[in-house]
Amino acid sequence: MMRDLREYRRDFPILQVQVNDKPLIYLDNAATSQKPLPVLETLDTYYRTYNANVHRGLHALSEHATSAYEAARRKIAAFINAPKPQEVIFTRNTTESINLVAQAWGRKFLTSDDVVLLTEMEHHSNIVPWQLLSMQIGFQIRYLTVRPDGTLDLSDLDRMLDGVKLLGLTHISNVVGTINPIAQIAAVAHRHGARVLVDGAQATLHIPVDVQALGCDFYAFSGHKTCGPTGIGVLWGKYDILEEMDPFLGGGEMIESVTLEKTTYAAPPNKFEAGTPAIAEAIALGAAIDYLTGIGMARIAEYDELLSSYAVERLGSVPGVRILGTAPQRSSAFAFTVEGIHPHDLSSLLDTHGIAVRAGHHCAQPLGRRLGVPASARASTAFYNVPEEIDALVDALQEVKKVFGYVSP
Amino acid sequence: MSARDLYQELILDHARNPQNFGELEHASAHSHRENISCGDTIDLYLLIEDGRVAEVRFDGQGCALSTASASMMTEAIKGKSLDEVQQLTNHFRSYISGEADDLDAELEDFEAFQGVRQLPARVKCVTLPWVTLADLLGQMGE
Ligand SMILES: Cc1ncc(COP(=O)(O)O)c(C=O)c1O
Repeated sequence: MMRDLREYRRDFPILQVQVNDKPLIYLDNAATSQKPLPVLETLDTYYRTYNANVHRGLHALSEHATSAYEAARRKIAAFINAPKPQEVIFTRNTTESINLVAQAWGRKFLTSDDVVLLTEMEHHSNIVPWQLLSMQIGFQIRYLTVRPDGTLDLSDLDRMLDGVKLLGLTHISNVVGTINPIAQIAAVAHRHGARVLVDGAQATLHIPVDVQALGCDFYAFSGHKTCGPTGIGVLWGKYDILEEMDPFLGGGEMIESVTLEKTTYAAPPNKFEAGTPAIAEAIALGAAIDYLTGIGMARIAEYDELLSSYAVERLGSVPGVRILGTAPQRSSAFAFTVEGIHPHDLSSLLDTHGIAVRAGHHCAQPLGRRLGVPASARASTAFYNVPEEIDALVDALQEVKKVFGYVSP
Repeated sequence: MSARDLYQELILDHARNPQNFGELEHASAHSHRENISCGDTIDLYLLIEDGRVAEVRFDGQGCALSTASASMMTEAIKGKSLDEVQQLTNHFRSYISGEADDLDAELEDFEAFQGVRQLPARVKCVTLPWVTLADLLGQMGE
């Protein structure tokens, strides 16, 4: 049996919870990851001992909070190998990070003659902000197609990139798990003069991220999918691009000076962080990142790959189960269908076994349509999952098929 | 809750063999709905004669709960006057939302959905056919 990372399970109190009188088997990590003790303790300690606003007070607590908040920014910069901590902007989540790019960069630089290139495998959060902006500006949106195996069709990349000013694409698909060859695609996009925005929501829990090696211009991710709290996300952007962008929201913190007539803006990142930020959450995300780097992202990625192939093999061996997407480079989100059982029924039935999976369109309806599977079930693992949990899923699926034995009309 | 509590035999029977399933060619009213959380669809067709439901059919893509609910619903409303259909709709609503616990004879099969009432995400599945029916009643009232 593979060497796993089960020794870290004890750091996650929630993994001891019982669901429907069964031990919880949490296979919905693509929706949100669980939180280890150091993250919980960081939140608690902040509120108990140094809760204060940042960048505003000159008193001891405020200085403590400010330095912890800025330390978190440096940790995140190191985590994604950003050249400068000032390139790390705190947002609420991936969705807000992408909307920030659309509003602060897109609104300023896109015109009705331009093209934005996305892919059919995007999460709705990397489609809708562009559609909204396009309704106002009138640029064209084009999509790279997805092949039946769940990989992007890159055969026509040069032609697709013609006239493109921004390429937005996901690092890892939240449905089929495909890891996209970002560095290769970004290099071609840059030859065409396009900016490249990467949606890293599904990457930061699973693989080392190096924004310089990826060669992108923007990278967005969510704290809550990276063992951190909800309410905190990150947008990384190249400093010179951030500098030429408009502000996002207006308010305190993002200004240099305000008169009644005119405001001059602070430099990045403050320019994009109007108002009191999610201080506790940012600091706790820093703790999550310390925790992950303590294990080692390379080690996590190696195990992710082992557990993924184990899951593909085991799930694929159940008669009637079809795994969507067979990309050779894949991470650990597995959408699947079971013949004759609707994904919602499947999810409810698995829940009676204490197994948490997601069912539905996974906020990626265009991808479901392309694959001809409007709804599916999805199991998604994290480094703290163990092979026995995949076995339990497989056993439960056999059981569910017995209960059901039902062929849809 | 166990799998059998949730998916009682009656539900599975209706899901396997839905009653009144298919398109109705000469419908006097038709309505289409989607469950936005899963993309499920339902089409509901009614033929009204002399103010009564002479025929009713449904088709579409649904989970076992919504298929069984639609199947039972079509059985319950067949032959009923529009007023009676409206009353049954109200009665279903108050049962599934937990406001009422007792079911009239016409809807007694819906007792099988008792367990589902604790699962708000799945209540939507059971409710979908009834919301579609309410759309139709609204159309005809116009
Ligand atoms: C690929 C991808 N992008 C974006 C998001 C949106 O993340 P959030 O809801 O944290 O903004 C998700 C998660 O739901 C995702 O999987």
